[in-house]
Amino acid sequence: MLKYLVRRILISAPVLLMITIIIFGLTEIAPGDVVDYFRSPDLEMTAEAEAALRTRFGLDQPAAVRYFKWLGNVARGDFGYRFTDGEPVAVVIGRRLNASLLLMGTALAIGVLVGVPLGVFIGQRQYSFWDFSLTGFSFLGISTPSFVTGIVALLVFAINLRWFPAGGMRPVDSEATLGSTIHHLLLPSIVLSLNFIATFMRYTRFSMLEVVRLDYVNTARAKGLSPTAVTWRHIVPNAILPVITVIGLSVPTLVVGAVFTETIFSWPGMGSLYLDAVRGRDVPLLMGMNLVIALFVLGANILTDVAYAVVDPRIRYD
Amino acid sequence: MTDATRTPSSAAQGVTQLDVHDRPQKNRALRRFMRHRLAILAVIVLAVIAATSILAPVFAPYPYDKIDLAATAQPPSVAHLFGTDRVGRDILTRTLYGGQVSLLVGMGATAIATLIGTVIGALSGYYRGWVDTVLMRITDTVMTFPSIVIMLTLAALLPRSVWNIVLIIGLLSWPGVARLVRAQFMSLRESEFVMAARCLGVPDRRIIVVHIFPNVLAPMIALITFSVGGAILTEAGLSFLGLGVAPPTPSWGNMLEAARNLDILKNLTWTWFPPAAMTVLTVLCVNFVGDGIRDAIDPRLVL
Repeated sequence: MLKYLVRRILISAPVLLMITIIIFGLTEIAPGDVVDYFRSPDLEMTAEAEAALRTRFGLDQPAAVRYFKWLGNVARGDFGYRFTDGEPVAVVIGRRLNASLLLMGTALAIGVLVGVPLGVFIGQRQYSFWDFSLTGFSFLGISTPSFVTGIVALLVFAINLRWFPAGGMRPVDSEATLGSTIHHLLLPSIVLSLNFIATFMRYTRFSMLEVVRLDYVNTARAKGLSPTAVTWRHIVPNAILPVITVIGLSVPTLVVGAVFTETIFSWPGMGSLYLDAVRGRDVPLLMGMNLVIALFVLGANILTDVAYAVVDPRIRYD
Repeated sequence: MTDATRTPSSAAQGVTQLDVHDRPQKNRALRRFMRHRLAILAVIVLAVIAATSILAPVFAPYPYDKIDLAATAQPPSVAHLFGTDRVGRDILTRTLYGGQVSLLVGMGATAIATLIGTVIGALSGYYRGWVDTVLMRITDTVMTFPSIVIMLTLAALLPRSVWNIVLIIGLLSWPGVARLVRAQFMSLRESEFVMAARCLGVPDRRIIVVHIFPNVLAPMIALITFSVGGAILTEAGLSFLGLGVAPPTPSWGNMLEAARNLDILKNLTWTWFPPAAMTVLTVLCVNFVGDGIRDAIDPRLVL
């Protein structure tokens, strides 16, 4: 297993590198740069001022030189400073990543805890009333984007009913407490979890239907095991395998995936930060964020493999 | 399928088997009927949406960018059935025209994704070996790296136009198609008719295009349908963030962008509700059609 993990990480390193090169390349090829961010609409910027700005950000050097400098610095743990306000990139990302993981982690947890059991439930009752209604709900959940659910939830539960605050992460006039954070977290995370619930339920249901008809399940029933034991000890462990892949694939989206919800609920997470970074052509921030996302992708893939081996003893990585 | 497992055991139980056996049978027939009707209904709704969007210049009561400062923020009335926005543009008109963008992006992006995915999947499934290894590594990378990140980057860097959005979404949505086509090619290349063609000396290119490809089409159709829905949602999302189709050209996404303003969200509900409802309705119908097609072709396919 350890050997497998090491090999896996070694194989993934070039992929990581490729991703940073692609993102860097994109910001290079596209017209315009961070100077545009400092340009004001009613004041002409002199050529000298532009040149001075570019020198300050090191943009006067060739792209290749800048890329390798960045890479060298990152290897030493230095992510550089934001172009737009000079804050260290690592500090900004650290702060925003916490907020994002709190929001998306909660949403993913709700998604798994609600979606998978519901899938198991209707997977045993194919074509029943519950199957029809929940499958219908999952269709709706998959077809409704989070920005539509988001604005409707904001209007109904925050603005009209006033059950939840209309945005942000903490109260404006007082310190954040555990209670206030949960209060702020609840609405956006429920909105985000709807998509997860719908997706996980669909996959679990389908997988259950596949496993239920296998011979070993009949054997278990024939032995006289209770239906609960057959379901949870015999069917679910096998049916859950494909669902683990789907959950694993959702993990990388934890970082920037909430961009719509963050925008609607003014949640100070990575999604809205990413938008700021691309709009301001803030290359160091953009590169740093993509590196973090790529690391999450890598980590999620490896975790998925490990989870597979834990759930299914037939799988051994050598 | 439940019957298959249930029949032997319930037959052994004698008389009681009748009720046990009958119920799922009836329900399944009902379900098939329902599914079918839903898919057909969805096709009809989509046809209506497509027709009204394409014929928007005929149906729409006003030009889509006509600003009427004498009638700003009007609630629905006889003159403006869906009301007007803050600069007096007719919402009904803009919703109709917005459908054009959604249809164009949905179909255009899917066409690009299908083309790329088919070529990559066919090459990798037919030739195997290092071609397969390289192409699948690329496919896996594109598949696991959250595409929204690259889309946001590209959409922010490129000039805002419908065609750029089509291109961006198309260029990042092909991995699903590629994997499906690859799997089909891998099994079909071992089949007897391909062996026969190879023995006759048919060149590889002809085997791929004329012999194998037509057999892959059927399983692809459902996936392609679902990806139209996905592309429509992505366009709406990018436009909602102000990175997609640029105003004054209306798209459902950029009409929804107005609702990010709390005042509009609360007090001018009619300005954002029609595009929101149309987006959900369209994608829901597309997904119903996709599901119907999948059931008709191969119920075992998970997408």
